[in-house]
Amino acid sequence: MPLVKGGKIADDTFVKVADDAALPASGDILVSADRLVKDRDALLARTGKLGVIWPNNRDMDELARHLAKLAAIALVFPSFRDGRAYSQARLLRERYAYRGELRASGQVLRDQFVFMLRAGFDSFEVKKQADAEAFAQTVKRYSVFYQPTGDGRITALHRRMQLRHSEGVGT
Amino acid sequence: MTSPLQQKIKVTGPSIVTANRTWDGIVIYRTAARDWSAELSEAAIVRNADEARALLAESVADDVGAVGAYIAPVQVGDDGKVAPGNLREQIRRSGVTIGLPVQV
Amino acid sequence: MYAYDEIDRTLVNERVSEFRDQVKRRLSGELTEDEFKMLRLQNGVYLQLHAYMFRVAIPYGTLSSEQLRRFAHIARKYDRGYGHFTTRQNIQFNWIKLSDLPDALADLAEVGIHAMQTSGNNMRNVTSDQWAGVAPGEIEDPRIWSELIRQHTTLHPEFSFLPRKFKIAITASDHDRAAIKIHDIGLRLIKNEKGETGFEVLVGGGLGRTPFIGKTIKHFVHGRDILSYIEAILRVYNQYGRRDNIYKARIKILVHELGIEKFSREVEEEWQHIRNSSLQIDDEVIEDIRSRFTYPAYEKLPHMPDELRQAAADPAFEAWRKNSVAPHKVQGYSIVTISLKPVGGPPGDATAEQMDALADLAEKYSFGEIRVGHEQNLALPHVAKRDLPALWRALDKLGLATPNVNLITDIIACPGLDYCSLANARSIPIAQELTRRFANHELANLIGRLHINISGCINACGHHHVGHIGILGVEKNGEEVYQITIGGRADESAALGNLIGPGVKFEEVADVVEDVVEAYLALRERPEELFIDTVKRLGVEPFKERVYATR
Repeated sequence: MPLVKGGKIADDTFVKVADDAALPASGDILVSADRLVKDRDALLARTGKLGVIWPNNRDMDELARHLAKLAAIALVFPSFRDGRAYSQARLLRERYAYRGELRASGQVLRDQFVFMLRAGFDSFEVKKQADAEAFAQTVKRYSVFYQPTGDGRITALHRRMQLRHSEGVGT
Repeated sequence: MTSPLQQKIKVTGPSIVTANRTWDGIVIYRTAARDWSAELSEAAIVRNADEARALLAESVADDVGAVGAYIAPVQVGDDGKVAPGNLREQIRRSGVTIGLPVQV
Repeated sequence: MYAYDEIDRTLVNERVSEFRDQVKRRLSGELTEDEFKMLRLQNGVYLQLHAYMFRVAIPYGTLSSEQLRRFAHIARKYDRGYGHFTTRQNIQFNWIKLSDLPDALADLAEVGIHAMQTSGNNMRNVTSDQWAGVAPGEIEDPRIWSELIRQHTTLHPEFSFLPRKFKIAITASDHDRAAIKIHDIGLRLIKNEKGETGFEVLVGGGLGRTPFIGKTIKHFVHGRDILSYIEAILRVYNQYGRRDNIYKARIKILVHELGIEKFSREVEEEWQHIRNSSLQIDDEVIEDIRSRFTYPAYEKLPHMPDELRQAAADPAFEAWRKNSVAPHKVQGYSIVTISLKPVGGPPGDATAEQMDALADLAEKYSFGEIRVGHEQNLALPHVAKRDLPALWRALDKLGLATPNVNLITDIIACPGLDYCSLANARSIPIAQELTRRFANHELANLIGRLHINISGCINACGHHHVGHIGILGVEKNGEEVYQITIGGRADESAALGNLIGPGVKFEEVADVVEDVVEAYLALRERPEELFIDTVKRLGVEPFKERVYATR
């Protein structure tokens, strides 16, 4: 499953470690939410970056106290029809000011890229190779956005206000 | 979504597999020649759950050509003529039971 | 009318091009049907019994003549020459080819029409009062706010994959023509004591398998906060709405399971986080949207022009005028409802020829504007009273002057088993038979206001729960069986109907309805007591006794 990061296909430096597997001595790892809560001290004692795979039915409030120690958070789309992780992503970015890697995992398809970017995701475990390759093209598809989100893209309402004011200055 | 193949298959009489054609949506029937036809008379008839499951499996495998394949009952007359087995299938084959606003 | 600017046009064009690519990938096999289904639904494309169905949005029910003509064009070029107006201010085309859809969308985009989110688990077309902006006594034009919400809910990055569909309706009149109490969110535009515009917000209404009347979640949300408040509701719903069972996934179930108090606390808590964000709307933004709605340059006209006085001698004209013409906020003008319920016809259908002709009539007599109401009728919102006789003659020629608005033959019906793959029973033939039984205009007038709503399955697209008489088709042992309820209503006093007895066969439905009506005529206290009021006064029992006594 290709990883798209920084807008292009990239190597995944993170290794997913199963709950019952021993922690590797070094290197970047992704662990489950349960393991993060249980093994927090051991996880923080090792070298290498730490990331968590956070399920989409677990509250963000609970994740908040770990954020400072996390280099990556993978949110989960168990099906592309299940949109809970969009809300989680926005909360992480916009309410908890999380700035680390925010990864979309699970059923990640081309047709969700724009929504995901806008919700604050910046890396993507893409299901299909062709979709990963089409990433740069796909995210250029839209230039107009009606809603403000934490991604800072200018909204249609604001653009209209800018136009109004620039016209006002001219006359 | 549950795949049609995972659903319980109950066949109480002669049955066929029907679907809609992907590119234009018209009603089609699975034929014995592993193809599709718009004519019910060309549909492959199955008579038990195993046959039905097999026909459905090869039909569903054609995801590009057909949408939403499922097993439907038919009636086979003494002369071998095949007729839809319920009102829904009757309507799918013969069209709406009302006059259309515009005759075509 | 709201006029798209370059920004709106760009978005719709970008959407069309995305869908063109999606269709291409589907037809080439790059996308499986399982993957594509959600994408096509997000663009209003269903698969029905005979073909694909294409549902196009008519936001808050306002159309220009140019747009209506474009519907006629779509019907002719890509479909079978007619379209079907729905209960949610959409139009459906029943026979479209998937391979033609991108072109049809592109043709619609040229006139500022789209099909975004007319199906799928996202925020659907925002609906409103079809008399918005012209109804006497309206607080203000709710379409300004409808458009604001339409934009905000279009391709929303957080809420495009909700547990289930989500519908918002807005009214600004005391009499609710938008059925806000049966919507996921209902908004009633009001003014607070300072004279500021805001909304009473209702949540959790809906029909389907488990019907609920919406409950007030907040008595006043200031206009500037309405987007953040809606966003808060949606965020709570997106996270906690059930996804394990499609029949329990609507927000009404979440509201019901949590209770309105707990649900509103959750929303309130979320709202406090986001209300003072960029979602707050300043007056300038509202003014900008308002400035792109154009209003007619009304003339100063007499209340009772000569043309109207003379035409009053014609009883056929008078019957139509009394039935289909309503007061307008501007003197000398009227709102004309156009019945799409001819005797023997499918409710809500219009042919391409009718649409074209109506577009012309709207240009001639209604400043080029047409409205679509949830009762599946159309309206011309600004007709000068002096033009009423000429308009009536023209409508009559087109078969569009049936004087049955709000009467027993003004039936709401879903497409039913004749078209729909979800249906268990037919709806349209039942409606057709009923219109024949009650074709006599004197009889229909004697009965008075009476809404019959028919659904062909439990999903309730025909709003049977809230019909004065509701008819629900189900399947029992391979037969179509119909359950009949009475006492429902969809307006400001919204209520769910009650069953009057066991289900009846297809052939018996019209007889039973006749018996119900006969019972009403015998039971009503005086001719002015409406059917719905008699049912409210007496309950179901006396009707049940009379209708089932001989069965």
